[in-house]
Amino acid sequence: MNWLPQVSPLTVVLIPFIGAALIGLAARSWKTQQLISWTTSALFLLAVLGQLGAVLAGETPRQLVWEILPGLPIAFSIEPLGMIFALLASSLWIVATPYAIGYMVNGGYTSLARFFACYAIALGAAAGIAFADNLLTMFIFYEILSVSTYPLVAHTGTAKARQGARTYLGILLLTSICFWLPAMIWTFIATGTLEFAQGGILAGHLGPTQAGLLLLLFMFGTGKAALMPFHRWLPSAMVAPTPVSALLHAVAVVKAGVFVALKLALYVFGLDFLAEIPLTDFVLYVATFTMIAASLIAIHQDNLKARLAYSTVSQLAYIVVGALLATQVAAIGGGMHMVMHGYGKITLFFCAGAIYLASHKTLVSELDGIGRRMPFTMAAFLLGALCVIGIPPMGGLWSKWHLVTGAFEAGHAVVLAAFLLSTLLNIAYLLPPVLRAFLKPLPEGEPATLKEAPLMCVVPLTLTAAGSMVLFFAAGLPHRLMQLVFA
Amino acid sequence: MAIVDLMPFSVLAPLIASGVVALLPGRFWPWAITLLAAIVATVIAALTLPAALESTLSYPFGNWPPPIGIEYRVDAANAFVALLVAGMAALSLPWAKVSIDREVPERQGAFYALFLLALAGLLGITLTGDAFNVFVFLEISSLATYALIAHGRDRRALLASFRYLIMGTIGATFLLIGIALLYMMTGTLNMADLAVRLPEVQHTRTVDAALAFIVVGMGLKLAMLPLHLWLPNAYAYAPNFVTIFLAGTATKVALYVMVRFIFTVFGGEYSFTVLPLAIVLMALGVAGMFAGSWVAMFQDHLKRMLAYSSVAQVGYMVLGVSLFSAAGLTAAFLHMFNHALIKVALFMAVGTIMYRIGSIKLQDIRGLGRQMPWTLTAFALAGLSIIGVPTTAGFISKWYLILAAAEAGHWWLVGLIVITSMMAVYYIWRVIEAAWMQERPAGSPAVREAPLALLAPTWLMVALNFYFGIDTRLTVGASTAAAEALLGVGGLMP
Amino acid sequence: MTVLGFFNYWVVIILMMIGLYCVIARGNMIKKIIGLNLFQTSVFILFISAGKVVGGSTPILREGVEVYSNPLPHVLILTAIVVGVAITAVGLALAVRIQEAYGTIEDDHLGDDGEDDGPFEEEQRG
Repeated sequence: MNWLPQVSPLTVVLIPFIGAALIGLAARSWKTQQLISWTTSALFLLAVLGQLGAVLAGETPRQLVWEILPGLPIAFSIEPLGMIFALLASSLWIVATPYAIGYMVNGGYTSLARFFACYAIALGAAAGIAFADNLLTMFIFYEILSVSTYPLVAHTGTAKARQGARTYLGILLLTSICFWLPAMIWTFIATGTLEFAQGGILAGHLGPTQAGLLLLLFMFGTGKAALMPFHRWLPSAMVAPTPVSALLHAVAVVKAGVFVALKLALYVFGLDFLAEIPLTDFVLYVATFTMIAASLIAIHQDNLKARLAYSTVSQLAYIVVGALLATQVAAIGGGMHMVMHGYGKITLFFCAGAIYLASHKTLVSELDGIGRRMPFTMAAFLLGALCVIGIPPMGGLWSKWHLVTGAFEAGHAVVLAAFLLSTLLNIAYLLPPVLRAFLKPLPEGEPATLKEAPLMCVVPLTLTAAGSMVLFFAAGLPHRLMQLVFA
Repeated sequence: MAIVDLMPFSVLAPLIASGVVALLPGRFWPWAITLLAAIVATVIAALTLPAALESTLSYPFGNWPPPIGIEYRVDAANAFVALLVAGMAALSLPWAKVSIDREVPERQGAFYALFLLALAGLLGITLTGDAFNVFVFLEISSLATYALIAHGRDRRALLASFRYLIMGTIGATFLLIGIALLYMMTGTLNMADLAVRLPEVQHTRTVDAALAFIVVGMGLKLAMLPLHLWLPNAYAYAPNFVTIFLAGTATKVALYVMVRFIFTVFGGEYSFTVLPLAIVLMALGVAGMFAGSWVAMFQDHLKRMLAYSSVAQVGYMVLGVSLFSAAGLTAAFLHMFNHALIKVALFMAVGTIMYRIGSIKLQDIRGLGRQMPWTLTAFALAGLSIIGVPTTAGFISKWYLILAAAEAGHWWLVGLIVITSMMAVYYIWRVIEAAWMQERPAGSPAVREAPLALLAPTWLMVALNFYFGIDTRLTVGASTAAAEALLGVGGLMP
Repeated sequence: MTVLGFFNYWVVIILMMIGLYCVIARGNMIKKIIGLNLFQTSVFILFISAGKVVGGSTPILREGVEVYSNPLPHVLILTAIVVGVAITAVGLALAVRIQEAYGTIEDDHLGDDGEDDGPFEEEQRG
């Protein structure tokens, strides 16, 4: 990647924010806004890619922006795990941009300037989380992400949207301020630093019991990781327009949550210390329970987006489990699953949105025979579903492979069994829509003519579906980055 | 001229200007002279601060050497508070012009003269080194304040002013009783001299009583929880500019006086053993935090809501004092400064809304976010600061308060501070929700964005909130020095 | 003996209590102000009586007098009296304005004057 200039981490984070400001300024001209959205997402991707070479070479670019108080700086550093998250977010943003434009215009939505500005801010916040060098910086961008996505969730402004958005913001803010912030303060008081360090900073400063309490605060404070019982916001947020659900609630926001969980496990607690804490097992079982319970709920959801939302809750728990198993293999699996699930789930959401746009159907039970009218969309849906389930030739296989190996290594038979059960449940809730679409006849009165969503929507979902297949063969990159975490 | 010789002029400038302004007709010149005087006071205070951080400054009046004569005695603590008071006056005056033209259309000369008297009084309290002088300046500023509050357009302003007058006078008289008792025991009124002589007569009933009277009297003026009853109505019905100024300065100066007496005059060690101040102040501070936030959560009148929030914020400061540690006092001084920034910004935003729509009831601001986006965004951003979100000034002071509580081993306090911050989230959130998430009621007239003359100062305050949330060298440095000066690490104490 | 020897303090305390009671218990604003005045006056007496030196004369330098009363409390209280007068004046002025605006100065009749008084009453104030 030497042909790309390597800019400072702050610049990468600022690109989307500047883009958002420009969109805000160009509120009158829809053409200009589109242009800025495109340019910003492209520049952002290039800027992130520009960092890749250095990270793969084992470097960690660092930047101290400003020291607010002694020991409380705003600082960035680009380490491999953050790189994975940034790559995921930036590569999917550029695909989501045309989808969002196509969807919002064809769906007859208004206030597009606000929408695209907030969209860009959310991505900038995600980059800030990815590159944060300490807990404080991470917290700040975490909150920016929560707040900037609120207008997106409540975009339609109906009573239902406002209600959902209130639950969304309420849970995310409350958990972060009530649990995360005190945990951060506790960490600072105990260790005198908030900086991430390979192998953790807590070992030797806190006893196992105290560290266990801290772990509880941190894990439940990371509301975005949707551990039960703080998962309600995710289904509530499905009132948002589909591009929001797709990019933000399948990728940026929820992945920020599990990224934080991974980062905490690897860089604050450290895997070795984590294994010593008795309460780790408790949180691990909470995550395992979330994994199974969310899958069971998903089976009963007739609304397609709600079903996908619960599926996301379940898949996020995979990653948290990967972090808490406290073995290297499982952590690698968790990191890879961020990417694989990101690609698979965004495809599924894109498809759900395309179906709504083309035929105004939202329920699984309405999907009979729709494969004849929307073959591309439903084929992509199948690929996305296979990726999430983890069947070759899709990328999802590799992450689950590592996760299961990790559970085996750690000797957690229950978790191992849960992984297998959950995979079966994945099949049970993700494949029926596809089967209905292709195998059942269309309802009376609907012609079997081709009626796909607009091109601006179909092309992106085809691309992400293809991407999740490419990841089967190109899984080396995330794997290598994850190994660098332990180098 | 040495900086020491300039010091009295930060009080004299507004005092002299008030006489001039009272005689000036029209609307422009009174305001302009007032602004000029406030700027002069600010500049002098800003020049004094760096010098006071290095050593204690003393200016004897009429060249009578203290303790016989009256002196201005300035160390880090009062230099910091003086800068705060003068700075807030100078920052809020640009906002005042348009607003006062609407709210006090006639006899503005008198109005501004009163304002200058209040300012001179507050600065005098801060700078003086003489206990009786504190009382006199306190009454000067209070009298001017009562009259200023009575200028409110709502007739309830008169009642609020009258009640404040009764309670304020009782508070000030309590202070006078305390000073009288101290004088009887020591024969001196100079605070530094008192600090030297009091140890000889310590642990007599008289000195104990003096301390109690002073703490209660100043507790009244600073609206510590059970003595806060005057504050909500006074803030709610005073002219907006007066509310802004009071919220930024009056309670802070009262807290300063209380802290000055507790730590410098009586000595912290003595005060905290004779009276159970650690427990009483902590209990009252925590109760104030809770009660203030709780009531604020259910107020529909925005100025009352912010007034109750002020009661809660005073609770944080009192809590910081009650910890009786350098960290706690630092936190109290930091919060004094940062809370002034926050509340001035919030009251400015609310005042701007009032200027446009004539009401600040929650139900009247529904849907206003789309019509006055700049004003309400300013409110929301300042709201972040009062919640204590990182990168805002509010976070810095709460962070220090939490560290101080943790240092003292009071973990439960950390939890309480977090919980009351959540309550702040709620009351700020209600406003945001009403302004942006609800529709403008049918039939209400279209509203334009507020004039730049109101918006610019408001946004300046919001910007300062973020500036002092990121660049903390001035605030933290001065607060630490203030705490050290009061605790006698290097300052007034012999 | 000691009880009587402190008679000035007894006076102060009795006056103070009467004053405070008046402020708290009376609804009429004029009476409240009177109470406030009594309260303040009691403190003035407390302060001034501290300046009394037994056998001392008025503090004017002249032949044949060795012991003087302490003049400082008198001077201070002169200032405090001025302050007290000013407060009384402001308080009475406010009472007049309240009478104009509400038609009464009885606190009980004004109630708590809660929040539902309408947003603005500028007309009533002329």
